[in-house]
Amino acid sequence: MKDKKRKKGRRIIIREDYCIGCRICEVYCITQHSQSKDIIKAYKFEEGLPESGIFFEQQGTVSFAIQCRHCEDAPCLYGCPTGALYRDKKTGRVLFDGRKCVGCWMCIMMCPYGVIKADIKNSKVASKCDLCIDGEFPACVEHCPNEAIILVDDRGVKIEKE
Amino acid sequence: MKTDYLIIGAGPAGINAVEGIRYFDKRGKITVVTSESIGGYSKPMISYYLAGKAGKEDMFMRPREFYGKHKVQLLLNREVVSLSAPGKKAVLADASAVHFKKLLIASGGRPVVPPVEGVEKIRGGFFTFTTAADAEGLIRYAEKNKVKNAVVLGGGLIGLKCTEGLLGRGIKVSVVELADRVLSNTFDSRASSILERNLKNAGCQVYKKDTVKKAKTDSSGALEKICLKSGKIIPAKLLIAAVGVAPAIGFLKNSGVKTGRGVIVDEYLKTNADGIYAAGDAAECGDFLSGGNSVLAIWPAAARTGRIAGINMTSRRKIKYEGGFIMNSVEIAGVPTISFGLSAAAPPGSEVLEKYVPEKNEYRKIVLSENRIVGAIFVGNIERAGIFSGIIRDRLDVSGFKDKLLNDDFGLLILPEDYRKRKIKTPEISVFN
Repeated sequence: MKDKKRKKGRRIIIREDYCIGCRICEVYCITQHSQSKDIIKAYKFEEGLPESGIFFEQQGTVSFAIQCRHCEDAPCLYGCPTGALYRDKKTGRVLFDGRKCVGCWMCIMMCPYGVIKADIKNSKVASKCDLCIDGEFPACVEHCPNEAIILVDDRGVKIEKE
Repeated sequence: MKTDYLIIGAGPAGINAVEGIRYFDKRGKITVVTSESIGGYSKPMISYYLAGKAGKEDMFMRPREFYGKHKVQLLLNREVVSLSAPGKKAVLADASAVHFKKLLIASGGRPVVPPVEGVEKIRGGFFTFTTAADAEGLIRYAEKNKVKNAVVLGGGLIGLKCTEGLLGRGIKVSVVELADRVLSNTFDSRASSILERNLKNAGCQVYKKDTVKKAKTDSSGALEKICLKSGKIIPAKLLIAAVGVAPAIGFLKNSGVKTGRGVIVDEYLKTNADGIYAAGDAAECGDFLSGGNSVLAIWPAAARTGRIAGINMTSRRKIKYEGGFIMNSVEIAGVPTISFGLSAAAPPGSEVLEKYVPEKNEYRKIVLSENRIVGAIFVGNIERAGIFSGIIRDRLDVSGFKDKLLNDDFGLLILPEDYRKRKIKTPEISVFN
């Protein structure tokens, strides 16, 4: 394969049997994407907190948290007419440039996981998981108390935070 | 001139084909011919440009260095006027010839101009709305003539996007639609009525079951008035014809390439002619829901068929196109909407599930045929609508959870466990994007 680095792409695996429905993943996702990246400063003082990149679902006692799968063959990339959604060649991630988004919601139409949000309250553009591109390790995975979401490498081997 | 890959068209199919080719072939010479003066911009952006919500630079869907980076020879303002499939030769308007090894026909669609009495006399104020040049011309004309009123003929997708753009410029718009509702190809009357109400609130008149009969000009030939079939007369300096597009394939006459409504291709997007492929709005290719062939003039299908055709043209992989179905995402007058498949008129024997919340302007409809979803409409609330595109594509039997499809908390957890677990595992590669 051409892009060896892409094959090494990290992924988040969802283990719904382990999810206890605490929604801490959402709290830390928002924190990580806030201006201060500090949980207290962000929630207490910051205006316009970002949407979390996670969709939390619950039906009875079953729950799980899902975020962008960074699909190898990503339908959203075929939908986006502006180039706001793009494949990062180095990491294989599907990333999003909000400056290019016009809010046409084609990505929401295309994503079979339903994990792209319309960030209506802030910017009228889409919003999705970037696998914590600015951080060392995805915040949702790091703070999940029960390993219901774990990070794996391309061989499916679990990656621990160093 | 000689080239390895000739691509006619620089829209989403043409762009994706370049990327598909370059995924496997770094060296082969690629030549792209477009009749437009710029390449690689995004047509859906022209309504945002018209509205003043996007600048000219914002219309490009790839960085400006795209063609240079991929070592593509881009021929602008050039039109292919004829083609010889056996001779593997395309002839341009200036009579020069391009000899190719492989060809992709991604020439897109051309607006259909309906017969309107007096239109031939108009010297200013009559437009179609499918290219950046159309939008630029419209803006220039509207500014120069201080246009306050416009008539848009056609309440389909292009007509409404144009309306949105004109409203954004502060121009009052009258939409004239032959059918009994706007977006009649994909919307039912309830969904349309929500949009129509919001269009009216935004300062727009909608004339249904009516059409433009006559255009009246002043002594200089500038448009002045529009007469409708119903007898209504609308003062307007602008008339935009947006009744539809048809594949731009006139140059294929006597070429040896088989055409129907569009260029007929097989599941690998290859035409009947050796080395010649077609993609996007010009192609008549696999229809996921009917199993036959159809021209599906929508962006995602153009992008995907372009990508697959590009890859197949390199002969390094042979990828099947799984077929497409109609889907649209349109936000009109502040109301987001998404529709999939057979959403306007339910096919015979189908079952329809509906939920309408008038106070929120929200409407959802799902069309089932033999317990499979074949169509859906979302108005007002489009959250997680994409999950339905996946269910349609996977032909999932929904009989076990039919009653939950319209639930407010609808999500992946409603779906059968084995299906869901299989689905959320890392999907395998089938096309390289």
